[in-house]
Amino acid sequence: MIKHETIEKNIGLMILLIIIVISGGGLAEIVPLFFQSSTTKPIEGLRTYSALELEGRDVYIREGCHVCHTQMIRPFRAETERYGHYSTANEHVWEHPFLWGSKRTGPDLARVGGRYSDAWQKAHLYNPRDVVPESKMPSYPWLFENKLSGKDTAAKMQTLRKLGVPYTDEQISTAREDVQGKTEIDALVAYLQSLGKTHSVYTNKR
Amino acid sequence: MSAFWSAWVTVITLAVIFGCTWLLLATRKSEKFKETTEETVGHAFDGIEEFDNPLPQWWFYMFVATVIFGLGYLMLYPGLGNFKGLLGWTSHNQWEREMQHAEEVYRPVFAEYATLSIEELQKPENEAGLKMGQRMFANNCSVCHGSAGTGAIGFPNLTDNDWLYGGEPATIKQTIVNGRNGGMPAWADVLGEDGVRDVASYVMTLSGKEAVAGTDVTNGQKQFQALCTACHAPDGTGMHALGAPNLTDDIWLYGGDFKQIAHTIRAGRAGVMPAQKDLLSDDKIHLITAYVYSLSNK
Repeated sequence: MIKHETIEKNIGLMILLIIIVISGGGLAEIVPLFFQSSTTKPIEGLRTYSALELEGRDVYIREGCHVCHTQMIRPFRAETERYGHYSTANEHVWEHPFLWGSKRTGPDLARVGGRYSDAWQKAHLYNPRDVVPESKMPSYPWLFENKLSGKDTAAKMQTLRKLGVPYTDEQISTAREDVQGKTEIDALVAYLQSLGKTHSVYTNKR
Repeated sequence: MSAFWSAWVTVITLAVIFGCTWLLLATRKSEKFKETTEETVGHAFDGIEEFDNPLPQWWFYMFVATVIFGLGYLMLYPGLGNFKGLLGWTSHNQWEREMQHAEEVYRPVFAEYATLSIEELQKPENEAGLKMGQRMFANNCSVCHGSAGTGAIGFPNLTDNDWLYGGEPATIKQTIVNGRNGGMPAWADVLGEDGVRDVASYVMTLSGKEAVAGTDVTNGQKQFQALCTACHAPDGTGMHALGAPNLTDDIWLYGGDFKQIAHTIRAGRAGVMPAQKDLLSDDKIHLITAYVYSLSNK
């Protein structure tokens, strides 16, 4: 049997033993998920984000929306009553990176698409207190001025295609003209309106 | 989960638990002293020595307890691959039980109110139904219409009894169920900037305001009669069928000063009320309708 002293005095051995001990959880809980159809196969009828929605998603990430908003409805009645059907893994297989978030300062956005009008989304992002006086969300007025050039959109789509998102050649070839000249707010609102609307498997009536 | 991955999870999970247990027992077995001692393990760094004490009893038994708890948990709940656990619990069926319970409790309440008309729900004895409507309004509608239903610029005030599409109970319900798409066209190309200003000035006079200096109200009136009356009616009182607002009551959805009226004429407006039929059940919409109706029919 290995003596305590032997481990303490051989740092390489100690590192190896620590790795063995701590990898147990990851091997049992995480690794199998890479090989399950429930986590790797997209939900029926799932569509990809359009070029504009994809750019909007990047604005969402850049502005840190995921820091205060989750996109993960948990299977509790209190959540499904408010937000719609609970989220499932197969809705998110084309998300790179996923934006589930971990903290809700604001509400969950996983199915916010279609709940409010475009005009509301714009008014709210320009200054949330114009429409919700109680809100403490920051204002994002610069999104109304910044224009998209679209020069990287096709490259982003190609990268996502390498990761398994089935963008077609046609989508990629028109990506630039699809977003060129649009403002960041157009893109972000398009993205928000797509959330929960990229497939129609679940009913969200409550 | 395939048999391979099920076995993978099971073997690793149990190996970790039993491995830790073995490590604990082996360490305890190799202890030199069974009681607290003054003896040291024999090494010193910078004059610091280590007593060769046994594992504390309380710590040892707590560790054993966590192992027993862990094994008990894995017996009752799903954790070992495809083994479902003796309780048959899943997060999905927990949610279903929760929903079923709520259905049993609330279904009869909703069903009772569903048989009452919107007008009947206004009666004092049905106050609880209106309160339910208010709660659902707060959750689903207040983001645009305000927590008191007083609206915001671009989002109608529901308390003033001034209706774009009509304030009859059936019309309100229709608006909630199917949504509305407002369509005020942009007139900049037709009227030109001077024409826009003239019409805006005339529109201001409809609700008793002063015409704006430097505009031709007569021309504004002429253009209004030619272009605007199809929706807003010759006297400017609007038309519920098209959601065209009454311009004579000094209630303004997009602001009532000259600049804002001129902008509305110049660039048009497209107010959207999202349809709720795919989001809320009929019984809930019924109570929300009753609450919205109550806001201007006290």
